[in-house]
Amino acid sequence: MELFLPESGLMFWMLIGFLIVLLILAKVGWPMIMGAVDKRNQHISDSLQEAQEAHDALAGIEAAKEKALAESHAEQIRIMNESQELKKQLIEEARNEARAEAEKIVADARLKIQKEQTEAMNQIKAEVITLSVDIAEKLLQRELSDKDQQSRYVEELLNENKPRIEA
Amino acid sequence: MRTALRHIILLFMLMLSVGLKAEEKESLDVKSFIFGHTSDGYCFHITEIKGEPVCVWLPVIVHSKETGWHVFSSKHVCELKEGETYQSFYIAPMTDPKYPGKLVEVNAQGEIKRPFDLSFTRNAFGIFLVCGFMLAFFLPAAKKYKKDPMGTPTKYQGLVEWLTYMVLDGIICPSIPKSKVPKFAPYLLTVFFFIFFCNLFGLIPFFPFGANVTGNLSITLVLALCTYVAVNIFGNRHYWKDILWPDVPMFLKFPIPLMPIIELISTLTKPFALMIRLFANILAGHIIIMVLMALIFIIGGMYGAGLGAATSVISIFMMVFMTALECLVAYIQAYVFTMLSSIFIGMAQEEPKEE
Repeated sequence: MELFLPESGLMFWMLIGFLIVLLILAKVGWPMIMGAVDKRNQHISDSLQEAQEAHDALAGIEAAKEKALAESHAEQIRIMNESQELKKQLIEEARNEARAEAEKIVADARLKIQKEQTEAMNQIKAEVITLSVDIAEKLLQRELSDKDQQSRYVEELLNENKPRIEA
Repeated sequence: MRTALRHIILLFMLMLSVGLKAEEKESLDVKSFIFGHTSDGYCFHITEIKGEPVCVWLPVIVHSKETGWHVFSSKHVCELKEGETYQSFYIAPMTDPKYPGKLVEVNAQGEIKRPFDLSFTRNAFGIFLVCGFMLAFFLPAAKKYKKDPMGTPTKYQGLVEWLTYMVLDGIICPSIPKSKVPKFAPYLLTVFFFIFFCNLFGLIPFFPFGANVTGNLSITLVLALCTYVAVNIFGNRHYWKDILWPDVPMFLKFPIPLMPIIELISTLTKPFALMIRLFANILAGHIIIMVLMALIFIIGGMYGAGLGAATSVISIFMMVFMTALECLVAYIQAYVFTMLSSIFIGMAQEEPKEE
């Protein structure tokens, strides 16, 4: 039965010891530990959130970069197409111009040839006329009885003037 | 393997029955052996060398009604032979019906009286050992946190943190309203670690440990009293209204305040249950271990050294098992005491529900 009777002396020591520990730990023990851990938890969760925000911001930047890249790519293609077009156009134009020029040159040349031809014809005509007149003069000067002789003579004359005719 | 185990258990039970019979024969010796070790004492008995006891003597502080205060080493009273007294004090034997194992005084009339005893006993020593250990264990961590709250915690800090938050997150926070946690957590944490370390130190069988602190009613009484104070002194208006004027039909509280009386008694039974539970669990564990040890000597004494040696194999096996179990119980009882305390405190802090 003695076991179930509280002992006042032991209760006194227990009260003193326990209350001292309780006071000391409640004052400078537990609040420090709990406070520091809570603070650190707060810090960690804040940091995580910040990291998440930074991550999100980075993703936005990445998307913008992607977009800019795509845009510049499209721009590049457009410019290339345009220049291609321009090139074709230029070539076309140049070709047309060249054709026109060539045609003009050809036309000019034809004109010139025609002119020269006419001139030459005219000259030839004049030459033939002078020649005919010369031959006729000579024929008239030499009264020939014989038809054979006449023909022979004409031939002779023609041979004489061959270089001229040919020219 | 299983059949072998069954044989061992059967043999053990057989021996236990023999042991019980033996206990009848030598009951005085066994009883004082067990209760001498599980109850409080005036000195730490370590061993005996050549019949001389090797003890750590503790101070005896007593106040006699007739002769006033006396302070002396327990050496003087522990080494007394039967019939002798030191300054008219002596320690009653464990067989004494009135004050077994306590310091008693023989006054001028020859009456045996118990003086007011403030002796720094084995359990008082155990209490202060645990107190010192707790301060030495937790304060450096708190200091480190104060100095550098954002620094990388060391392994030691990690251990302290783990222990603290095991109690805080596992026991305290689920039972107490969040805003009240900083107010009550220091008490509950201190109670938990005090009980836990007392239980563990009580299991270590050599000096300076081994004092059966939490298996002593005086200690659990003080702890329960602290919880009682924490619940009832800091209880809010709603809590007291529920006790003194609960929501029950009028005839239950007027004119005879039946429910208020029941409620008031229940505030006392809660800490009473806490006190008895912790005390009984720890004491029972210690007694079982002591009985298992005593069994060896009982059987050895009755049937010779051979059977005693055979018993010791089983007894030691069982003692190892019991000690391992007691380690578990040490934690569980600290856990249960703290959990129930925090539930009672949490109930006294509840605000009425808005409807």
